[in-house]
Amino acid sequence: MPPSPYLVASSLSPLTHVGFNHALRERLEAGARALTYFGAPLADGAIELTALLQDEQGLSVLRGHATGDAGLPALTVQFPQLHIFEREIHEQTGLPMPGHPWLKPVRSPVAPMAAYPFFKMEGKEVHEVAVGPIHAGVIEPGHFRFMCLGEQVHHLEIQLGFQHRGIEALVLQRPLAHAAALVETIAGDTSIGHTWAFCRALEAMAGVTVTDEVEIVRAIALELERVAMHLTGLSGIATDIGFLQGGTTWGRLRTTLINLSMQLCGSRFGRGWLRPGGVRFGIDAETARRIPDLLAQFQRDMRTVSALFETSLSVAGRLHEVGTVTAETARELGLVGMVARASSLDLDQRVALPGRAYTRLPMPHAKQLTGDVWARAALRIDEIGRSVVWLLQALAVPGLDAPPLQPIGALPPDTLAIGVCEGWRGETIHALQTDANGKLRHFKAQDPSLRNWFGLAVALRGNDISDFPICNKSFDLSYCGNDL
Amino acid sequence: MLRSLRVRISQGRQYIGDLRAAAPANFRGMPVIADAACAPACRACADACPSNAFVSLDPVQIDLGRCVQCGDCAPVCPEKKLTFTNACHTAAVLRDDLLISAHRPAPPPIAVSAALHKQFGRSLRLRSVSAGGCNGCESELNAVSNVNFDLGRYGIEFVASPRHADGLVISGPITRNMAEPLQLCFDALPRPRFVLAFGACAISGGLFAEAPQIERQFLDANVPILYVPGCPPHPLTLVNGLMDLLGIALP
Ligand code: SF4
Repeated sequence: MPPSPYLVASSLSPLTHVGFNHALRERLEAGARALTYFGAPLADGAIELTALLQDEQGLSVLRGHATGDAGLPALTVQFPQLHIFEREIHEQTGLPMPGHPWLKPVRSPVAPMAAYPFFKMEGKEVHEVAVGPIHAGVIEPGHFRFMCLGEQVHHLEIQLGFQHRGIEALVLQRPLAHAAALVETIAGDTSIGHTWAFCRALEAMAGVTVTDEVEIVRAIALELERVAMHLTGLSGIATDIGFLQGGTTWGRLRTTLINLSMQLCGSRFGRGWLRPGGVRFGIDAETARRIPDLLAQFQRDMRTVSALFETSLSVAGRLHEVGTVTAETARELGLVGMVARASSLDLDQRVALPGRAYTRLPMPHAKQLTGDVWARAALRIDEIGRSVVWLLQALAVPGLDAPPLQPIGALPPDTLAIGVCEGWRGETIHALQTDANGKLRHFKAQDPSLRNWFGLAVALRGNDISDFPICNKSFDLSYCGNDL
Repeated sequence: MLRSLRVRISQGRQYIGDLRAAAPANFRGMPVIADAACAPACRACADACPSNAFVSLDPVQIDLGRCVQCGDCAPVCPEKKLTFTNACHTAAVLRDDLLISAHRPAPPPIAVSAALHKQFGRSLRLRSVSAGGCNGCESELNAVSNVNFDLGRYGIEFVASPRHADGLVISGPITRNMAEPLQLCFDALPRPRFVLAFGACAISGGLFAEAPQIERQFLDANVPILYVPGCPPHPLTLVNGLMDLLGIALP
């Protein structure tokens, strides 16, 4: 059996802050990846630390306690992949993190946005360009500060938090039955990716096992979301470089797919489809028979427009060697998902932690080697093709009608449960922790964007400022997913 | 060249001719409350609703301005009173018009505004501001300009600069961190100008109405001229609301 995409641990005995730091360093030195690392304030004033690690054996967890006065020496300098986690722990719990090179706000939940401590670049021929929070298009807000030497970007600093609406706290305050609807809006373009990770965590904690068929319906929903959002991104890149046939045709193909999701669940964004304990909508045999024709037509049209894109010299000229992230940088910064795969990393949780759906019907790993805008676009074209082939196999699985939702009973006390799901941007991770009475006391949601935003900043170094739009579109990150 | 032609041929004709008549298949758009008695003291629907949309239970009244169309209420009703239609004619000019019940099953039809028709009936420029939106609303706002809905055919377009805009479309519950940028953006719009609320979050705060990180005073001073309900609203809900209000392509 391959390792599971979830983990449950009861009554973890915490390490001291020194022991925790030591253990975390050792595991990372031994080659483990940190998937998430977060802090939660406890009633006695201590900070509870939780790190989720992954190696060939699968997922494992480290738990520690730190106190405010002692602080916790930051490990970011040795392991840059931790930089955003340590910043977030500091921001959410106030735990001092001495030695962190830039303990800047992640989303400014309390401090005014204007108080953000930007880097400054000084010199005779340098200038800064400030963009946002409101951008030119119909898009979420974020602030970009370009420090330039002439046209060339020396560094880009990204300030986020404008979308912070306190979603983690709301999930804890509301009845558990309301959580799924909230989770669907953590990043509204990844409703399935987030809700599946949440369901995995909650079901694992409650000891509920859904059927294989339910898992396959969830994966069908996930792949439809992936294809639709990859098409949105491709359409955006194409429009930005004036390749209008790509812009309109990919946009139109996206409409076909989100309307298919709507036929299956009532929403173009998969809202209300997944719920803890199952899925609200299955796929009856008659519908499952009809969809392959639509997908076959989709595949033909997709190939036609992608061939035009991939053979057009002007497209290649515009996208090659722009916004490059090397494999080494991607690994060091802890980049995830399609961005990491475009930089040649083997990082797809559908492969590493396949769960029952992708164990039964494996998803072949896609990757690109060059790490530039071209690679990220080509990867998405490739992944769309693979997902459609996968969907055709999945729809042939018998018995996809949904059984009624299984009830989620009382939760066990002092238990940590974590679910992981490879959404279209990358791994989404949800962690739940109960108290001594089995009531949720901590909820952590992590969108892949949290880690990848810094990748975008680094990708732009040494590039022309005019290349920012295509770099940005090729990363295609979520503001609200970061801001929570 | 041949490849390009092939793409053009595959594209075919995509635009929806009669936008008012379009009905999206299986869209869970608007709840329908059957005119039947509830089980005594039952409040299953209200308890299941993540958005506090049941403003009263006797009679059952749903606030479309809060409803996120999740559908979680329908299966828990012991009397099976709640169903959904794919209605996209649900936008309203008054906040209270979004309250529906068995006796008022949908918001009243929108009457043409003579003033807005004169000012913007042939050309309307909109500036979108996402203030805590989850990219669901933003995606559907982008969709109104795509090849299917193509609202540009009636002179309605989203623009980059607020200085070029006639109206401001708000999505999201308005976070504290976006309150000031939103105000600055609106201040930059030339007069006459107006505000339009797109989606449950913008209309009522939606799922986030009680969050302390939300700051909605902007809407007290700038009452929207059109409320477009949904989570996210279907593009047609905005399209229909705007076309009716501005008196565009009336039948
Ligand atoms: S569909 Fe609307 S009224 Fe029903 S539970 Fe969901 S938000 Fe509440």
